[in-house]
Amino acid sequence: MGTKAPSQLKPIRTEKVETIQVLDAQGKVVSADLEPQLSDEQLREIMKRMVFTRVLDQRAISLNRQGRLGFYAPVSGQEGTMIGSQFALRKEDFILPSYRDIPQIVWHGLPLYQAFLYSRGHQTGGRIPENVNVLMPQIIIGAQIVQTTGVALGFKKKNEKRVAVTYIGDGGTSQGDFYEGINFAGVYQTPSVYVVQNNQYAISVPVEMQTNADTLAQKAVAAGIPGYQVDGMDVLAVYAVMSEVVEKARQGEGPALLECLTYRYGPHTMAGDDPTRYRTDKEQDEWEQNDPLVRFRKYLKAKDLWSDEDEEQTIEEAKEEIKKAVKKADETEEMTIPGLIDSMYETLPLPLEEQKAEFGKTEE
Amino acid sequence: MAQQMTMIQAITDAMRVEMERDETVLVFGEDVGKNGGVFRATDGLQKQFGEERCFDTPLAESAIGGLAIGLGLTGFRPVAEIQFFGFVFEMFDSIAAQASRMRYRSGGRYNSPIVFRSPFGGGVKTPELHADSLEGHVAQNPGLKVVIPSNPYDAKGLLIASIRDNDPVIFLEHMKLYRSFRGEVPEGDYTVPLGKANVVREGEDVTIVTYGAMVHTSLKAAEQIEQERGAKVEVIDLRTVHPFDIDTVVQSVQKTNRAIVVQEAQKSSGMAAEIMAQINEKAILHLEAPVLRVTAPDTVYAFSAIEDKWIPDSHRVAQAINKVLDF
Repeated sequence: MGTKAPSQLKPIRTEKVETIQVLDAQGKVVSADLEPQLSDEQLREIMKRMVFTRVLDQRAISLNRQGRLGFYAPVSGQEGTMIGSQFALRKEDFILPSYRDIPQIVWHGLPLYQAFLYSRGHQTGGRIPENVNVLMPQIIIGAQIVQTTGVALGFKKKNEKRVAVTYIGDGGTSQGDFYEGINFAGVYQTPSVYVVQNNQYAISVPVEMQTNADTLAQKAVAAGIPGYQVDGMDVLAVYAVMSEVVEKARQGEGPALLECLTYRYGPHTMAGDDPTRYRTDKEQDEWEQNDPLVRFRKYLKAKDLWSDEDEEQTIEEAKEEIKKAVKKADETEEMTIPGLIDSMYETLPLPLEEQKAEFGKTEE
Repeated sequence: MAQQMTMIQAITDAMRVEMERDETVLVFGEDVGKNGGVFRATDGLQKQFGEERCFDTPLAESAIGGLAIGLGLTGFRPVAEIQFFGFVFEMFDSIAAQASRMRYRSGGRYNSPIVFRSPFGGGVKTPELHADSLEGHVAQNPGLKVVIPSNPYDAKGLLIASIRDNDPVIFLEHMKLYRSFRGEVPEGDYTVPLGKANVVREGEDVTIVTYGAMVHTSLKAAEQIEQERGAKVEVIDLRTVHPFDIDTVVQSVQKTNRAIVVQEAQKSSGMAAEIMAQINEKAILHLEAPVLRVTAPDTVYAFSAIEDKWIPDSHRVAQAINKVLDF
């Protein structure tokens, strides 16, 4: 056995991924060429939605603590990604959300009281109104990714100019379904967009523990679809990239993957997660310096499009609307076991007919 | 007009009839397109209906399941093939946690009108994890139906009924039955209703409840018993194993007062246990002997080498019949 010369083999390398940004943390435009052409009213609407969503998050956390809401996953810090991406959609586009993505489906048309009912486990929460194009929030990490490709393939086969959009976190990119879903999308060139909200942690596990890849965006390369990394705390950057990929998908140019760099300020969910066990105050402070609301507010104030009065008014409106939605949720008739049984099949099989009669008696 | 067909021809014919009748029916899976499926179950469908309606997928069962759910949400009737049912574990989330719950999760707004078709069943010397009888695993999920035909006529009628059903159906095709015999199959459109069992042999002395390939094993044992001791064995082919037709079973047991359940799957916690439990609930006072089950042992499926010893045979079924008759 002779000694071998050092190998000349060169492994495949991806190019360095650039993070797309429109506004810096001070609200200054850093990429004028990417600055979206939105009307003053549209810009104000984005701000209103972010403020509303922040209030909604605070109220939902408080309702949860009072025992008046069920399962809830906080969203503060992620508004730039959530609001910016949904704002780029048309009403006919279809969202397949994960459990944290309540703001996107509410802004896409799901009545707020139904979001509260979903959180409580009430079936009326999932009974999506006919003209609202969303699915119920997904619990299984990654399941929505493969379904999104199916919905988009359906749109393509029917020649409908609609786009299917889904959301997943950084942890979700480790699932087989993530790769299977984007790979199928590449093969069938479906009109679908996959938004990875990289908020740095999957409950407690940091993104460095999810992958040895430098970025999550580059995972698109292996599936043969375009991938982008965006500053997810910059609502304009998210909107700019999202509108471009959504319109391309609509025009038949295929799917795309977006990695949005963001952070959740709160716990993973309200079910006992304590972020101080796995994150530092210093890190949290640094991310809060990049807050999506602060940054966009500065941008709008410099254009004279947003005032403290606007902010106050939005907060009050939000509180009022949330109050009404909670009331409506409270007033919704309670679920029953016979009603639950009815929802298992289109036509009840005999054993369930018998069980329905039996449980109906118990409830009387 | 009727034709003599094998079960696999009847299955292909069912898909053809439905694809002709309803343009929302899509057939897809691994190798189902150009190749027509590894067993040729989808032979000719791509040629006749085009790549838009009968197409190959990349090799990933979980995404095939997700694709079916997504297509179901956009108004299609997907017929998705799982190449062998032993691969279902890769798709289990889509079946057990997603499609079966769609109606419940959406309060009835959405549904999953999907047929998951798949070959299974022992006796044809497949590699590991191809032949396993896993119907009990899927039957435990509320919201699903599980269908297992035993002959060409039922296979076509049940598959057409499954494709038209608005809830997800797991349609399992026993490989040994694919080409082992022919039967009369009407041309064109007909259905065999889901949830209805078939009394394939009438008798007064003991009831056998079974499905799939075990229908034939049970019939053979019934003939043997009649010749040996003159006892008349009734054989019920469940056809839909979940939710199954307990009424037909109870009526039979009320007449015969004795019952055994025959399944190819392992003994514990599967369909046989469920069938016995329901007989117990509804007909225990009619019984003159314990209900027995003839099954494979509670081991992993013994692929290839000793599978013929592992799978229940007519001799073991006959022994069980004698035991309940002599109790």
